[in-house]
Amino acid sequence: MTLGTSYDNPLRDPQDRRLPQIAGPCGMVIFGVTGDLSRKKLMPAVYDLANRGLLPPGFSLVGFARRDWAHQDFAQIVHDAVKEYSRTDFREEVWRQLSRGFRFVPGDFSDDIAFSQLHDTIEELDRERGTAGNHAFYLSIPPKFFPDVIGQLKEHGLADNGTGAWRRVVVEKPFGHDLKSAQQLNAIVSDVFAPESVFRIDHYLGKETVQNILALRFANQLFEPIWNANYVDHVQITMAEDIGIGGRAGYYDGIGAARDVIQNHLLQLLALVAMEEPTSFEAQSLRTEKQKVLRSVRRPDRLDLHTARGQYVGGWAGGEKVKGFLEEEDIPRSSTTETFAAVKLMIDTRRWAGVPFYLRHGKRLGRRVTEVAVVFKRAPHLPFSATATEELGQNALVIRVQPDEGITVRFGSKVPGTAMEIRDVTMDFAYGGAFVESSPEAYERLILDVLLGEPPLFPQHEEVELSWQILDPVLEFWTELGKPDPYPAGTWGPTSADEMLARDGRAWRRP
Amino acid sequence: MAVDLTSTNASKIASALLLERRRAGSPAMGMVMTFVVVTDEGDHYDALKAARAVSREHPARILGVIRRSARGAASLDAEIKVGDGPSGEQVLLRMSGELARHAESVVLPLLLPDSPVVVWWPGRAPEDPADDPLGRLALRRITDVAAAKRGRAGALLTQAKNYSPGNTDLSWTRLTPWRALLAAALDQYPAKVKGGEVAAERSNPSADLLVAWLTNRLEVPIERAVSKGPGVTHVALTTGGGDIEICRPDGVLAEFTIPNAPNRPVALKRKETAELLAEELRRLDTDDIYQDTVRQVCVLAGHKPPDTPPSLSLKGGDVQRPQRSRGTRKATGPRKRPSAKKSNKS
Repeated sequence: MTLGTSYDNPLRDPQDRRLPQIAGPCGMVIFGVTGDLSRKKLMPAVYDLANRGLLPPGFSLVGFARRDWAHQDFAQIVHDAVKEYSRTDFREEVWRQLSRGFRFVPGDFSDDIAFSQLHDTIEELDRERGTAGNHAFYLSIPPKFFPDVIGQLKEHGLADNGTGAWRRVVVEKPFGHDLKSAQQLNAIVSDVFAPESVFRIDHYLGKETVQNILALRFANQLFEPIWNANYVDHVQITMAEDIGIGGRAGYYDGIGAARDVIQNHLLQLLALVAMEEPTSFEAQSLRTEKQKVLRSVRRPDRLDLHTARGQYVGGWAGGEKVKGFLEEEDIPRSSTTETFAAVKLMIDTRRWAGVPFYLRHGKRLGRRVTEVAVVFKRAPHLPFSATATEELGQNALVIRVQPDEGITVRFGSKVPGTAMEIRDVTMDFAYGGAFVESSPEAYERLILDVLLGEPPLFPQHEEVELSWQILDPVLEFWTELGKPDPYPAGTWGPTSADEMLARDGRAWRRP
Repeated sequence: MAVDLTSTNASKIASALLLERRRAGSPAMGMVMTFVVVTDEGDHYDALKAARAVSREHPARILGVIRRSARGAASLDAEIKVGDGPSGEQVLLRMSGELARHAESVVLPLLLPDSPVVVWWPGRAPEDPADDPLGRLALRRITDVAAAKRGRAGALLTQAKNYSPGNTDLSWTRLTPWRALLAAALDQYPAKVKGGEVAAERSNPSADLLVAWLTNRLEVPIERAVSKGPGVTHVALTTGGGDIEICRPDGVLAEFTIPNAPNRPVALKRKETAELLAEELRRLDTDDIYQDTVRQVCVLAGHKPPDTPPSLSLKGGDVQRPQRSRGTRKATGPRKRPSAKKSNKS
């Protein structure tokens, strides 16, 4: 390069906001490339990025798996995956740009020959495709293989970036299954990669959602003054799925709802909703605030009264007859894995003292929905007759995460007519009708961030460990209990969850 | 649901809109802007189709304006559609007689309260959009000089000379992928550019804008060559170590060349109108870079650039005199690196 690092690109200008940031020359290696995630999400996302002109010329994709494939077989697999799952139209010219950079390396994670072949492939790409030594490794594999793969990457010099080049690694959730394993995992990863080169993705929580919550809270004057214990009665954070565990039995049994979703996704939502204003929206200051609030989280003393867990039993859900958890394929009849989990948490700060946060997640619930409901206190005095406000509930502001991302505000309004009668109404805002269609998928944003080296909004290991610290005692308590409470598929969870809120004089919203 | 109103007025249209919205179960909520499309009988179908496609990303009240013959009695017909399609509302207004000269009197009462107004002329645009009665209502005025059947070069210069903040042109929007790729090329190969060339079909306003942009940013002379097209076919930037080149002979797939690296194919497709409009509506503030570029267009054509408020770009709107000798750089203050993007470092 001719002018060194002090070069300012004259074609770029901070005011020129039409120009997208295109990643520098680079490539990506996917481990576990034959898996569902890789075919349904990663490959289509790579194509969609290329189609939107956001991938650098010469971008290369290397697949690594235990298959006896040649490069063109791999290209065919990617081709089929892209045709079936990509969000944008299939265009031949985009395909031609991409397909020349496809390589496949067959092998096992313990196979030294395969990794040295991977090393050679990467060097060859640097020469032939100009990827300039910049490569991201996407570990789309079960966590138990992380140590193997990361060890191999280190051993074969694949993690050493040359001068001016980068190597990054992407790890999917779950990050461990308790505090100890998370720490071990982190020790392995951080031994090989610097913290800023490790991207932990929680694909439930897209960057778009995070930014929407930040915008709602910190770009407006309207909500922040009432965003505290003076006005908020409690907060409910729900992620409900209408599907069962499907083909994920092997993964799910022994993990359960709390580890799968509450530990990462719901605690991240809690942190975003409860944190103080960050000094800036740089990843670093955002992380600082999230860590502060996670550190102030306190569990109730009586876990038996303030947590609940359940397991779905067969029944009719959404017009279909479905199996119970214990009848699912590959699930032992004696499994005590929970498919529903609910936890009450307090936050010991001035802003949130006395405001409980109720988190719940379950499979085979009434419908698919993720939302954060901030429920406000009742007006301290109602200058109406008791009959007039009989039907008036509590005001609520609901941040809908999916599907149909948007905001709902619930407030009281007079029912038209001569009698004075006040009833709850809702006001909806959606982020554009089909806006979702054109807004990039979480995976596209993530891959782009990885390639650009944008510090991720995704948690780093401190946050992961803090979350396990919150959850570990609950999980330990549950293992002593034996069987979770049963709930019929297609309902909103076990009665113990309702009782848990009823003890506080509250009730779950029907989302 | 579609409703036709004949010999009507703005207030009847407004009540019909309200009624239709209620009847359809209030689908058109959360509209963020009013999008006025000034079109004619021949083009309105395609233009409104593109506008509806955009309103998926930017829910809008779309007002199509067709001005018919100015002869005869003044009359206003309206075609209202609510709840048909993704989001928003659409009203097609046909005006004739003396009213054709006072379209703004119909549009003004139908603007959504307290939200941006965008006017788009898919075909022939007024010479000075900001001084047009409809243009004056808008925050953003979108023209398309490439839509002119003839005299496109003249059309671009007219728009450039009459530029006001808030104006943009789809010829400029069409350039974004090219500009992004050229900027990426200099990210990858940071070198002092000594000169360059843009080749395109003879009458192509986008190519002229690209020449002006490169001249303005790089402060070197950029040649304009003529090719058979389609559109822009070739851009070269000369550096000490060799040429940076992007070559797109077929309008679809380009070859990307930078010194010391293998050649690579890049898909560089010409975008659909709806995609261009969506990009245009994403930001509604003044496009400073476009402002600098059209000023440069004027200078390159030997005209005085329009008086505009100083742009916020790093170049501050200073334009390059074509006769200036190579390599002398005007002091423009320290350039700053674009904020917070460190792309090639780990």
